[in-house]
Amino acid sequence: MRWYWIDRFLEFQSGSHAVTIKCVSLVEEEFEDYVPGHPLMPGSLNIEGFAQTGGLLVGEHGGFTKRVVLAKVSKAIFHEYAKPGDVLRYTCTLGEFNDNGANVNCVSHIISPDPEERLHCEAELMFGHVPPQPGIPDEMFEPQEFLSMIRIFGMYDVLVDAEGNRKPPPQHLLDAEREKLAEYAM
Amino acid sequence: MPSKEEIFAKVQEALVDALGVDDDEVTPDATLVGDLGAESIDFLDIVFRLEKAFDINIDRAEMFPEDILTNAEYVEDGKVTPAGVAELKKRMPFADLTKFEKDPNVQNFGQLLTVSDMCRYVETKVGVAG
Repeated sequence: MRWYWIDRFLEFQSGSHAVTIKCVSLVEEEFEDYVPGHPLMPGSLNIEGFAQTGGLLVGEHGGFTKRVVLAKVSKAIFHEYAKPGDVLRYTCTLGEFNDNGANVNCVSHIISPDPEERLHCEAELMFGHVPPQPGIPDEMFEPQEFLSMIRIFGMYDVLVDAEGNRKPPPQHLLDAEREKLAEYAM
Repeated sequence: MPSKEEIFAKVQEALVDALGVDDDEVTPDATLVGDLGAESIDFLDIVFRLEKAFDINIDRAEMFPEDILTNAEYVEDGKVTPAGVAELKKRMPFADLTKFEKDPNVQNFGQLLTVSDMCRYVETKVGVAG
């Protein structure tokens, strides 16, 4: 995830579910070329929102020690287009999870500006855990950059474990951040 | 304990959902890769769906022994050796390997598994009534 398609986490229960919001804005580039003159958010970008929310749900459950990639969109039903000014709520629920990967059930609703929320899209995504391979870096992100990104999303403002207790970032990410800060200080 | 028909119906549903095929395409003799178009990532999807449908745990290597097919000990010049075939038979008692044994080219292995094989695999896990 090198660019953001979610704005903030609203809920995150480790190993269970995550809820994010995405505020759709006319300033986004896709509206220039996708159905010119009729600003509609492409369905594929909605899948990206699910992939970012669901991918972090899967990655966090694995302690952010595995490389998680979106492997398959098993099902997607688009009920309507989102438009500039809409606020989307993505809800991703973890299904099966093992060493090879995980599947996630996803649903999005348009929750604003109309007072009554509407079902927007439903999908099933499958994520793969990519094992170490020659020629491919062991980590997809610099750990300290990754930690910074998920903090920007407000993930650690809402992340709780199964008992509802707040959950801090894993130690290996904090250590990487500390090392980087020490480099800057030198 | 489910009947053979109940097991087939659930396996069929799992394959329809995982592979986006029609019910009538999922016949007992249909091969997963050749007839139903399964790709490698689909096998993980199938495993997840079968685990949920039958409340069982599936070791992916048990159903799809890719480790044997990539092991130099069991493969020579692109063909599975007799020792490799013996290992496959041990690992996959639910599959009919007769045809594969005649031309044990690794590339043919993907064409091997049928819907019936999947049903027999599930039967070994949950038992079958009658």
